[in-house]
Amino acid sequence: MARGQAHDVDSLREIARQLRIDSLRMIHLAGGGHPGGSLSAADLVTALYFHEMNLRSEEPDWPDRDRFVLSKGHGCPVLYAALARLGYFDPQHLDTLRKFGTILQGHPDMNKTPGLDATTGSLGQGLSVGLGMALIGRLDRRAYRVFVMLGCGELDEGQVWEAAMCAAKYRVANLTAVIDYNQLQLDGTNDEIMPLEPLEDKWRSFNWNALRIDGHDMPAILDALRAAREHEQGPTVIIAKTIKGKGVSFMEDQLDWHGVAPNAEQLEAALVELGP
Amino acid sequence: MSCSATRTASMRTAYGEALVEVGRTNPNVVVLDADLSKATKTSLFAEAFPDRFFNIGIAEQNMTTVAAGLATCGKIPFATSLAVFSTMRACEQVRTSVALTNLNVKIVGFYGGLCTAENGPTHQCIADLGVMRPLPNMTVLAPADAPSCKACVRWAVEHPGPVYLRGLRDGEPVLYDETGPADVSRIQIHREGNDGAILVNGFMLHLALEAADRLAARKIHITVADVITIKPIDQKTLLEIAGNVPCVLSVEEHNVLGGMGSAVAEVLAQKHPLPMRIMGVPDVFSNSGKHSLLLEAAGLTTEKIVENAVELLAAT
Repeated sequence: MARGQAHDVDSLREIARQLRIDSLRMIHLAGGGHPGGSLSAADLVTALYFHEMNLRSEEPDWPDRDRFVLSKGHGCPVLYAALARLGYFDPQHLDTLRKFGTILQGHPDMNKTPGLDATTGSLGQGLSVGLGMALIGRLDRRAYRVFVMLGCGELDEGQVWEAAMCAAKYRVANLTAVIDYNQLQLDGTNDEIMPLEPLEDKWRSFNWNALRIDGHDMPAILDALRAAREHEQGPTVIIAKTIKGKGVSFMEDQLDWHGVAPNAEQLEAALVELGP
Repeated sequence: MSCSATRTASMRTAYGEALVEVGRTNPNVVVLDADLSKATKTSLFAEAFPDRFFNIGIAEQNMTTVAAGLATCGKIPFATSLAVFSTMRACEQVRTSVALTNLNVKIVGFYGGLCTAENGPTHQCIADLGVMRPLPNMTVLAPADAPSCKACVRWAVEHPGPVYLRGLRDGEPVLYDETGPADVSRIQIHREGNDGAILVNGFMLHLALEAADRLAARKIHITVADVITIKPIDQKTLLEIAGNVPCVLSVEEHNVLGGMGSAVAEVLAQKHPLPMRIMGVPDVFSNSGKHSLLLEAAGLTTEKIVENAVELLAAT
């Protein structure tokens, strides 16, 4: 899919809704996984994969494709759902998430899932991987762009800031970080566990171009991605304020829905809310 | 194949020169360093190919993972630091972003063993082989001298997948001819004898050859073999050697736990049990001091190798 040719805002919202449904179904069938962080990232993943990124699903290793690194690897159900919808693999695989022999591992494995650009799950490493890809894009004079999605809790990891400093050193304008800023991590809120604010100031002091948006406002997401693309002086971070569990009232902003699968009854209630 | 050790050469300089050589013939070779390029001699590559050299700063975790990102784009990165930082500061990054992904990343660590001497135990590294060996997909190399280090670099470029290369420093006796071993993945036999076998790697090869000379003067003829590739270990040659001798002694500048001796014992215990002793650094941290004194304190001397060999032979 070529950049910018994809979908209008209403279609993107509809795709995001479908990805949320797929994610919850997958996690329910798997009996485990991370619904909260999958739902919070759904609009951002949709905007990237169905609008912003330059991809060829029929040629997953196309050297000029844009890259995506899900550094918050536990949010992979929503990414798997997007890849299936784009035709990287048969959507029937979605029912096998986390099961023995599956191509859809509990955390992303680039050697098992067509369309994945990186292996992630151990938090804090994705920005470094994306930086490596961005450096080679420039060295080899390829026009691809690299997107790395980080969780907010993940920003506790020191390596993120090693990579941030290094990306600024090399002024990799082809690198964009997107923070799924749902403000909850496993043990509590960011403020309780490890305060992150002032977050834009932190990134700006590391010489990044920093934008803050509502991560569920589709036009705002598209605008920010365009602004990142047009910023040529160095890397951009999009701090996208999101709601963990977004779209399902009883999951929204609930710590307990970080890493628990919905049972049949809860799934049904969630699907009623998300619509047919 | 082996030369008499009449001269010494710097393994670090050999590494830097080898990188420039492979860099000339293979444009995909790229090099990373963590602010130690003057020590590791990646500075030679940086001068020759500035665009393909990345000084990541004192941030080994980021360096290792950036290298993985470079490898996803078809490059052959050599991520270089000191053994202790390459394998231990960035251990989990090596596991997840390099070994699990099976990417074509070469992890290189200098000052393996005790040879950073006066810098003390923070900088010495006696656990790297044991840390790297159990990582699936990882190949582990520990050359003895400058020519074999160069051969390891050339081999690593041709060998797709993760490699850990343990380097030493400088002043290592030159024990191979200029081109080094033809195939570093094979155990290299330097002396042949049927009274026993000494398996070594790194700086210990030099001491083992001296020990073999002294034993020969006492009419004890032993095999001396250099286990450059600790994983996957050359089982064929190892079992051939074991089949011709009554006992085996391993000697390495690494903790007696988890290194080359352990790798040898794992094979022999299961396929050809025979009396064996493992010499190495005892399971304690060392000190600041001259390398030769640290080796002496660890019992890694020519005399001790002779002594252990004689005792082992007497018991078999």
